[in-house]
Amino acid sequence: MSTYNKNMALTGEPPKSLSLGQKMAVFMGTSGLGILLLAVFNVSFPNKALWLTLSLSAISIGTIWFSWDAYSKKIPGIKNDGVWFKSISSRGLWGWVAGLALTGFYVVLYFYPEYLGLVNDGDNKDVIALFDPLSEFLNGNPASQWFVYGTLYTVAILVFGIKFLWKYRHNRYERLRTLSVMFFQTGFAFIIPELMARLNGHKILDGGSLPYYDLKNIWPLNYYNFEGYRIKMFLSSGEIGFGLLIFGILSIFVITPILTYKYGKRWYCSWVCGCGGLAETAGDSFRQLSDKSTFAWKVERWVVHSVVVFVTLMTTAVIYSYLGTDTSKYWLTKSTFLIGVATLLTLVFGWVMIFKRKQLQKDAQYGAIGYFVIIIALIGFHFFSGDGEVFLFKSGTLRKSYSFLIGSIFSGVIGTGFYPIFGSRVWCRFGCPMAAILGFQQKLFSRFRITTNGGQCISCGNCSTYCEMGIDVRAYAQKGENIVRASCVGCGICSAVCPRGVLKLENGPLKGRIDSNQVLLGNDVDLMTLVNEK
Amino acid sequence: MEHIVIIGNGIAGVTAARHIRKLSDKKITIVSAESEYFFSRTALMYVYMGHMKFEHTQPYENHFWKKNRIDLVRGYVTKVNTQEKSLQIDGAPNLSYDKLIIASGSKPNKFGWPGQDLDGVQGLYSKQDLELLEENAPNSKVCKRAVIIGGGLIGIELAEMLRTRDIPVTFLVRESSFWNSVLPSGESEMINEHIREHHIDLRLGSSLKEIKPDENGKVKSIVVEETGEEIDCNLVGLTAGVAPNVDFLEDSEIELGRGVKVNRFLETNIMDAYAIGDCAEQHEAIGNRRPIEAVWYTGRMMGETLAQTICGNRMEYQPGHWFNSAKFLDIEYQTYGWVFSERRKKETEIHFHWRHPKEKICITVAFDKDSETVLGINTFGIRLRHEVFDRWLSEKRTIDFVMEHLRDTNFDPEFYTNFESQIVSKYNSDFGKSINLKKKNLKRIFQIA
Repeated sequence: MSTYNKNMALTGEPPKSLSLGQKMAVFMGTSGLGILLLAVFNVSFPNKALWLTLSLSAISIGTIWFSWDAYSKKIPGIKNDGVWFKSISSRGLWGWVAGLALTGFYVVLYFYPEYLGLVNDGDNKDVIALFDPLSEFLNGNPASQWFVYGTLYTVAILVFGIKFLWKYRHNRYERLRTLSVMFFQTGFAFIIPELMARLNGHKILDGGSLPYYDLKNIWPLNYYNFEGYRIKMFLSSGEIGFGLLIFGILSIFVITPILTYKYGKRWYCSWVCGCGGLAETAGDSFRQLSDKSTFAWKVERWVVHSVVVFVTLMTTAVIYSYLGTDTSKYWLTKSTFLIGVATLLTLVFGWVMIFKRKQLQKDAQYGAIGYFVIIIALIGFHFFSGDGEVFLFKSGTLRKSYSFLIGSIFSGVIGTGFYPIFGSRVWCRFGCPMAAILGFQQKLFSRFRITTNGGQCISCGNCSTYCEMGIDVRAYAQKGENIVRASCVGCGICSAVCPRGVLKLENGPLKGRIDSNQVLLGNDVDLMTLVNEK
Repeated sequence: MEHIVIIGNGIAGVTAARHIRKLSDKKITIVSAESEYFFSRTALMYVYMGHMKFEHTQPYENHFWKKNRIDLVRGYVTKVNTQEKSLQIDGAPNLSYDKLIIASGSKPNKFGWPGQDLDGVQGLYSKQDLELLEENAPNSKVCKRAVIIGGGLIGIELAEMLRTRDIPVTFLVRESSFWNSVLPSGESEMINEHIREHHIDLRLGSSLKEIKPDENGKVKSIVVEETGEEIDCNLVGLTAGVAPNVDFLEDSEIELGRGVKVNRFLETNIMDAYAIGDCAEQHEAIGNRRPIEAVWYTGRMMGETLAQTICGNRMEYQPGHWFNSAKFLDIEYQTYGWVFSERRKKETEIHFHWRHPKEKICITVAFDKDSETVLGINTFGIRLRHEVFDRWLSEKRTIDFVMEHLRDTNFDPEFYTNFESQIVSKYNSDFGKSINLKKKNLKRIFQIA
């Protein structure tokens, strides 16, 4: 058999057609979407509650039926057959169509809600009106575009969560994690805030109103949490309001570091967070599309940390803008606040540079120094000039640009709209400042790692291919090195798809957390010592 | 500058190249006919199954080679002249070398079956084999049935691959139970069940008599030796093991057996010529190992060792404890140390076997009858921690110790249901012991004082 010089393209032709059941399920789901679409185009439905129920049920049952048909009859195990042959999951025609449709949806949602039927003074129209009955049932008010979005978002996490539970029914880690994101989305992101809205004006809030607050949404992901209007609302709502404000502050400064130290950032990113929840459920079919190149990794590090700097500056500026100068009225004044921020940043920077510098790459060190100098210079510049507005821009301008560029374009339009093109975690990887802060802790101060199992890796590449964060997992595993990466959200799929049982997510001692072996286990002990001692 | 030429860009050759680069500044050239860049052979199946694209099987980005000054030559070495220290290459200019590393891998076995070279008959080893498979068996319309000959690791992989495209598969296994020359009977039996569960027509105790062609010289059917039954098919997969790929060395002065004969230093009979990986054959087997070890891990280990020798620190190939792993359809298999099948084991090797009452999960621990020292372990559906078990083998731990600390070696993902207590209680009842299972202990696992 001649085994050389036979260049041919590999063209897969697997059975990728749908079964009859799947076709009917697709029809059902599409009709549910169709009702919503008709509503968008001004078709007015007589009994809104009925049609909304019909629509959401059709979408849900269609999706669940499809997944049931696809997975439930098969033997439990890894179900990635044909992923790179199907047009939807391999950037084919359907992938692009879905990408454009989702992107279009986000553009309308963020910038043209009137096309969805939002009416500010008067009754809603179109699709938003269709959601009025549900909104009134939950919080007593008519729907907004955000209520529509929140409902659809929750439905997506629930139905695709069920799909994921079937797909990974042999894997208890995946099942528990998915049940967890389904719970936090439904309870914390959707129902509790709506019910909280019913308390507004009630005497247990001293007659005040709470801002809309998804309790698991922590600053800086929730970049607006400390804005003036929200602080006023918190403070005007009695002990509950004050408690929530304290909770918001503790979340980022106390709760988050402790949990991340113990379990890695996965406790948040793949067990609790709503963005992560959508990526893990509805986005699961696109996880393999993330870019694994070292170039993409470099871009990721610069972009995501720049967003952290941006959100820090913006929040500082916004808080600064509403603080007073008179210490007799309130202890926290403009100057004490700025000094506080500068001190905190200096402490963190100092700790890293003194104790953890070795764990940072060269460009990370330069980046850290550069950004630190810029922030402190801006704060100092302002502090000594005593100008009315902080930094070079007005706080309002910073706030608006952040909300537009990061809050809307990055997290929504690109982050979710481009699932079928760039993979499911574009926002989490390149944009989310919360993920960056948690990742920073995970890299430098956490018990979490993915352990590589001695010399068992065969470099097959399943782990890297299915890493939604674009981590080249194999690059570590084939060296026998543990994976300790800031971006790892601990979804556990690398470990699940590994055919040789090489990877295990675990929390262990800090000592020996990163084992860099040049020669792998299984070899002569002398050779291992010889090479690895260098 | 000394020029190191490596024939073959598989795991053995590439590992040698990488480690030589780490240790030295020598000029390194890798010659390969198969592919432009190194890829993971074991991952080819996933390309056909649509889990990955071919690019994903390449462990290093394309710029890696230039950055590390490893030259890649695409061509087929047709002649090795050890006098002049030069290579004749089909597809590229001749090369001269100072030191030669032969890492040319394997080729599928063919045992002289009538019809073995027909259209539609193929092995599964190289990238070209995968391309051929796309031609021979793109879907169940072109390939209405496939017959696989040979019940080993490649055979079951090929069966799994074809099933993902709904192609009916008949699997001829010469032995009375799948891979029972290697696996103890309980495990082998469990895999038989799993193969059938995947709707693969498993024929045990069946071998190939001949392959029959149609009028165009394409495979039409096969005949089973034992029963004379003729089975219509469009593809015949020959997966009865592999043999060293050394035909191109026949005219050279390098000594060949089945593979390239090497000593413990991986040196051939010719000065400055070495062989590693699948194609190397030890003069004498090392321990319980075979003289030819066609396994990913041993290829890598030989590459690591030879790099030392080439860079001036002459070193014997001294593999540590045997380990291996595989995946049979949905069942993961790991082995550490030696667990022999009933056919090959000595009388002093005692087996403890446990199997889950419902699920396809089992474990076999082999130990010495007299000293009760553990010799090895096989697990199916349970992952083990390599480092811990390797340490126990070095420390010559007894079976009682292993049972007592079984939780320390579990490597399953978090929250998985563990079966240690069932395993130990069966051990206690089988051997009349009263071992108490200890809790998992991070300090023991990670060796923190």
